[in-house]
Amino acid sequence: MTVETKMALTEQDVRSYSAKMNEADWMADFRADALAKAEQLPMPKPDKTKIDKWNFTEFPVHAVESASYSSLDELSEEARALVDKDQQNSIYIQHNNTPAYLSLSEELKAKGVIMTDIFTASREHSDLVKKYFMTDGVKVDEHKLTALHAALMNGGVFVYVPKNVVVEEPIQVLFLHDDEQASLFNHVLIVAEANSSVTYVENYLSTVEESKGLANIVSEVFTGDNAQITYGAVDVLAKGFTTYVNRRGVAGRDSRIDWALGLMNDSDTISESITHLVGNGSHCDMKTVVVGRGKQRQNFTTEIVHWGMDTEGFILKHGVVKEESTCIFNGIGRIAKGATRSNAVQESRVLMLSEKARGDANPILLIDEDDVTAGHAASVGRVDPMQLFYLMSRGISQHEAERLVIHGFLAPVVSKLPIEGVKKQLTEVIERKVR
Amino acid sequence: MATLEIKDLHVEIEGKEILKGVDLTINTNEIHAIMGPNGTGKSTLAQAIMGHPKYVVTSGTITLDGEDVLEMEVDERARAGIFLGMQYPSEITGVTNADFLRSAINAKREEGDEISLMKFIRELDSKMEILEMDEDMATRYLNEGFSGGEKKRNEILQLTMLKPKFAVLDEIDSGLDIDALKIVSKGINEMRGEDFGCLIITHYQRLLDYITPDTVHVMMQGKVVKSGGAELAHKLEEQGYDWIKEELGIEDETVGLEV
Repeated sequence: MTVETKMALTEQDVRSYSAKMNEADWMADFRADALAKAEQLPMPKPDKTKIDKWNFTEFPVHAVESASYSSLDELSEEARALVDKDQQNSIYIQHNNTPAYLSLSEELKAKGVIMTDIFTASREHSDLVKKYFMTDGVKVDEHKLTALHAALMNGGVFVYVPKNVVVEEPIQVLFLHDDEQASLFNHVLIVAEANSSVTYVENYLSTVEESKGLANIVSEVFTGDNAQITYGAVDVLAKGFTTYVNRRGVAGRDSRIDWALGLMNDSDTISESITHLVGNGSHCDMKTVVVGRGKQRQNFTTEIVHWGMDTEGFILKHGVVKEESTCIFNGIGRIAKGATRSNAVQESRVLMLSEKARGDANPILLIDEDDVTAGHAASVGRVDPMQLFYLMSRGISQHEAERLVIHGFLAPVVSKLPIEGVKKQLTEVIERKVR
Repeated sequence: MATLEIKDLHVEIEGKEILKGVDLTINTNEIHAIMGPNGTGKSTLAQAIMGHPKYVVTSGTITLDGEDVLEMEVDERARAGIFLGMQYPSEITGVTNADFLRSAINAKREEGDEISLMKFIRELDSKMEILEMDEDMATRYLNEGFSGGEKKRNEILQLTMLKPKFAVLDEIDSGLDIDALKIVSKGINEMRGEDFGCLIITHYQRLLDYITPDTVHVMMQGKVVKSGGAELAHKLEEQGYDWIKEELGIEDETVGLEV
């Protein structure tokens, strides 16, 4: 079987886009090389979801130009609600494909913290970006979609925290989508050097009725020795997108990467979150909540790979499926040979709210070392009638009781988000989606 | 005064008849205790009053001031003023005790007349103090990771916050040490008064040392077989149940169901 795909864009197209965005020269070659690979490489094969009929390659336009913002007051009401204007000193906003607003506190700048759009980063921080961009995290040639991402990247942000710098306040990033023609090939690159720490919170807010574009999103997150990154995200991509989202962590010695992901897309979605615990004593806590509705098909693969000794990985995935939607949860704890005394724990739970909804939780443990601990719990079921009875016996209506149970079920991620506006938004999105 | 009246109540679980004609009338300002050995139908009575979906009433009536309770959904029964303190309360992840309690209180009130946050917190603080509960119990998830004793205290906290007309307390004393038992009793005694009636289900006399019942009933074979004053509980404590069985010619007091 041939996997060759004729791409909508040519090498010349991606080179001229790179030039137009004023990227570092190496980036143009990088893109051209990736484009050639994209034509040859096979599609990824998410376990238990057939995607050969999904459109991941055709889209209306590569990039649209949208307005930038001179102040946060120009944001739409919905976007503004996400930002705590008085307290949010460090924020990057992208409007469709246009870097639209950037603010980084003077204090952080003075400490050497970098936050800038990915194009500028490739030019102004070329060595750093070159070192981390699709090298040790997500590789260009993993499959067609990673290569395509590298070739077509049309947005994203670079965050860099130098050695020993502790960023106290969360850094916020908004990806606003309000043009149905726009596709999102965003790349987020976060590097926290030794003994540093940062909390990053991003929002995908898509306000179109139905998108005609693609989303092919990659995040790469690196912690140096004893560093810490907390990564919060709320994805709300509109119906119509075909979404591929890949979030990857690589953890150094005694470092910690924690994820709190509210994956609330209305689009068909393939999501892959993998963290490699490379350094001894590193730690990853990966929490994901999901709601599927309508005829949405979604596949969530979450994996923690233990390479270093004494590493700890915790996966929690809670999903609610309703109407005729399908959610596949693949949770993988992998312990490599030599990763002694590692601990891999996961919990996947799916709550089904209708007869036609489909939920599937597949916990997998792949262990190649003897001296380890591992455990998993998985369940697929309906709202527990005993819980409903208990709540109703206090006067709460069945509808309200179900609402409480569902919100409670999805609370593990809500409670972890460090920005009040984002927390509130996730609660509201859940409310809207499960109603 | 309000009255909860149970007449000739027959209840089945999974096709097996457990209650075989229970008659019981409780008024507000009265505390009744139901005692009896295991497997005689005491808990079934409690669950049937609240409307547990697994317990099917096949005949008989339950009325609250003449209103047909059996026609009501579980939440309607609660809003009408019935409360069940459960033997095994559910754990609900992600819902804090305080949020849950506030939802429950507001469920009884009209829209637009919700309890103010300040008033709620004041009341919650004072009730938790009476029950000697740690402050963090309000922000912990509902019953999640609570010890047996904490769960029971939390049931009583809900009782005192929701102020029902009638409470059925199903083995609220089981698993409590003597200090916790005293505290729980204190909470229940606080409720005592003209607007409150209570049905306490227990195996043991010891709870009744702290809450003096007006009436004590003994259940066997799915029926109330004997009723009396507080002195009946003392006699049961001293002499056990055999004398009642003898008196009534009962050989096996249970309803033949492992509970």
